[in-house]
Amino acid sequence: MDFNDTPEEAEFRAEARAFLEKHLTLKSANKIATAEDRKNLLKRAKEWQDIKAQNGYAKITWPKELGGRDGTPMQQVIWGQEEGKFDAPTGPFAIGLGMCIPTVIAFGSDEHKKRYVQKALHGEEIWCQLFSEPSAGSDVAGLKTRAVKDGDDWVINGQKVWTSGAHYSDYGILLVRTDPKVPKHKGLTMFIVDMKQEGVEARPIHQASGGREFNEVYFTDVRIPDSDRLGEVGQGWKVALVTLMNERLAVGGSPGPDWAEIMNYAKDAGTMSDQAFREKLADWYVAAQGYKLTKFRTQTALSRGETPGPENSIGKIITANHLQDICNSAIEMQDHYGLINDPDAAPSDAIFQQSFMWAPGLRIAGGTDEILKNIIAERVLGLPQDVRVDKDVSFEELKQG
Amino acid sequence: MNFDFSEDQKFLRDEARKFLTAECTTQHVREVLNDDDTSHHEGVWKKVVEMGWLGTAIPEEHGGLGLGMLELCVIAEEMGRALAPVPFASTAYFFTEALKLAGSQAQQAAVFPGVVSGDVVGCYAASEGPGDPQVSKLTTTFDGDTLNGKKIPVTDGDVATHAVVLAKEGSGASLVLVDLTGDGVTRETVDTLEPTRSHAKITFNGAKAERLGEAGHGADLAAQLMDRVAVLIAFEQLGGASRCLDMATDYAKERYAFGRPIGGNQAIKHKLAEMYVKNEVARSNAYYGAWALSTDATELPEAAAAARLAASEAYWFASKENIQTHGGMGFTWEVDCHLFYRRAKLLAVQAGAPKVWKEKLVKALELKNAA
Ligand SMILES: Cc1cc2nc3c(=O)[nH]c(=O)nc-3n(C[C@H](O)[C@H](O)[C@H](O)COP(=O)(O)OP(=O)(O)OC[C@H]3O[C@@H](n4cnc5c(N)ncnc54)[C@H](O)[C@@H]3O)c2cc1C
Repeated sequence: MDFNDTPEEAEFRAEARAFLEKHLTLKSANKIATAEDRKNLLKRAKEWQDIKAQNGYAKITWPKELGGRDGTPMQQVIWGQEEGKFDAPTGPFAIGLGMCIPTVIAFGSDEHKKRYVQKALHGEEIWCQLFSEPSAGSDVAGLKTRAVKDGDDWVINGQKVWTSGAHYSDYGILLVRTDPKVPKHKGLTMFIVDMKQEGVEARPIHQASGGREFNEVYFTDVRIPDSDRLGEVGQGWKVALVTLMNERLAVGGSPGPDWAEIMNYAKDAGTMSDQAFREKLADWYVAAQGYKLTKFRTQTALSRGETPGPENSIGKIITANHLQDICNSAIEMQDHYGLINDPDAAPSDAIFQQSFMWAPGLRIAGGTDEILKNIIAERVLGLPQDVRVDKDVSFEELKQG
Repeated sequence: MNFDFSEDQKFLRDEARKFLTAECTTQHVREVLNDDDTSHHEGVWKKVVEMGWLGTAIPEEHGGLGLGMLELCVIAEEMGRALAPVPFASTAYFFTEALKLAGSQAQQAAVFPGVVSGDVVGCYAASEGPGDPQVSKLTTTFDGDTLNGKKIPVTDGDVATHAVVLAKEGSGASLVLVDLTGDGVTRETVDTLEPTRSHAKITFNGAKAERLGEAGHGADLAAQLMDRVAVLIAFEQLGGASRCLDMATDYAKERYAFGRPIGGNQAIKHKLAEMYVKNEVARSNAYYGAWALSTDATELPEAAAAARLAASEAYWFASKENIQTHGGMGFTWEVDCHLFYRRAKLLAVQAGAPKVWKEKLVKALELKNAA
């Protein structure tokens, strides 16, 4: 056992590091983005994406002809680790390049690949994922947005919700119902949709955390040419599973303060002598190490060219709850003062307060805690599926609410 | 990044599993459980000795195999999984590691060949009463030559031939080595929650003993010893916890209620998913402990504490929820669930209870943070 890179890995890490140093500055602890930073985020993110693409760092494992570098999954991990240490604006592209474009590559025509992949890779166009609806989240196959064939086009009517980044996106992958007469999974079809066209309206949703990063998206008589279909008619669920598989690879950690940050705060606050706090701190350390070291096991498999085991699936269940618990404790340690959310007045620049309000969303986005536990129980442990009343019933006859 | 055991080590683990599956079934464990006069399973012990596992981490010059701590870790996982009712942990972890840590060359040469051949069975005696055996509370004393006092409970204390004892010497403490078959030693069996590993009360009345390491360094040596032992025990705990998950999962698929397997209900599915998560957290922390132990890393105190805490939590959760998943059957003497529940508790308290390790961990983090 050792934690060292192989010589090839070390060489790639040094190369990546040198490249990053040339273009970015290292993250500084506790730095909170200013309003100015946030306003410029999109512009900075596009610029950075272009620089990465020009130098073959935008998608390490993709083939060269698609703009990748034919790299190994381990190189992708190393790149992620190093880029994560820098102040890199990557957020707006995570969904497009992490989930949407891989779906376009898997199911799109050559025309699609020519038209969309390079522009996304170079940061010229941003993508969003239009799956969830008001009555279809965990059970996303229960969605209602309709597509009806009209000549060579499909006409879309309906509503999506929780669509991250829809308000600044250029394109989206859109899952809709093309046949309500068959059981729900069988009547779905996937399309590429131009978000700037007539009839598409994105209305930002005011989040519990205060920000407005996700949207309701209304479709009113929106026309999509049949040539922008991904996969066969009625095969949308199969296509969506590829997107969701890529999502599981993309999500994992929950960025925010961890045991070291709360320990630093406790030292300043003079609460390190509190026995109950010390015991909790020990628990947080063990959980954080458990997550970090489990990733090392996954990386070991990648480094050996093997397929990682299912241990990777524990990530988001651990980290989202862990973050919520740490933030809650930090706030309670501050007593009444812990309510203060102003970075200039609150301890640690209010990182605990800010993450406290984000944590509930992390436990829901990308699969809720409950759905992730079901996945471990069914796919890893091989336990039976839940009782299903919706399997062989046509979508029209299903109860909704 | 190479955070996994090597092919050879995995082969050793597979071989150990095969061997123990055949030679150490829960039937063997029950033979010890059901007989109050039996301290351990002699047949299983003889075979374990023949496998040479006791010498895994003993240098070749003393008759051992001279393999490393990683090899001992993979064997430990399988011993834990099999609930081996033998004094392996007491001899190969506590006793052997104490001698490696604090014993002189001569002391090691005197006992290690016996450990390998099975003639020497070791144990570790620290506890005297409720609570963490802190030096200030010790009443067992060593005067440089003889030992006086009582130790209770001593795991495997009635089958062992030798003990490493934590005793007061002057104003400090020392680790001492004592031959339990000599004069001035009396032993009584004590009734515990875990009868498949025997426990004794040992009374020393002027028993001849020799110091391990320097006088007055006992507390420090004991702490270092516990760091090493904690990692090995964590692997035993991991083995036991994984087996509980397997048992509970199998049962959840076979047992029907309300017309379908109980494992189709989320209350059971999510419970088992949580068990899986805790076991993986324990596995990753145990691997890190193994790395720190095998390389004598400065991170060993934190790594050992995290390994021990994660493994104690995982085994506790898995062993109690395994009973719950089995329903009334799980609460019978005949079904094996309680064997794991018992062993989980022994392993969680025998080298310091979780509360003690949480404090050790936080102290280690503070030290690091100050540096
Ligand atoms: C920050 C954020 C960003 C998001 N971004 C996007 C995006 O870009 N694109 C997109 O398409 N979606 C997005 N989503 C939507 C997200 O995927 C859904 O919110 C999520 O899948 C849950 O669906 P729901 O909100 O309808 O909750 P529901 O499915 O109604 O769930 C409500 C509760 O019921 C539980 N539940 C549901 N089904 C079961 C079951 N079978 N067993 C046990 N419990 C169950 C859930 O766990 C939850 O606790 C985002 C969500 C968040 C919070």
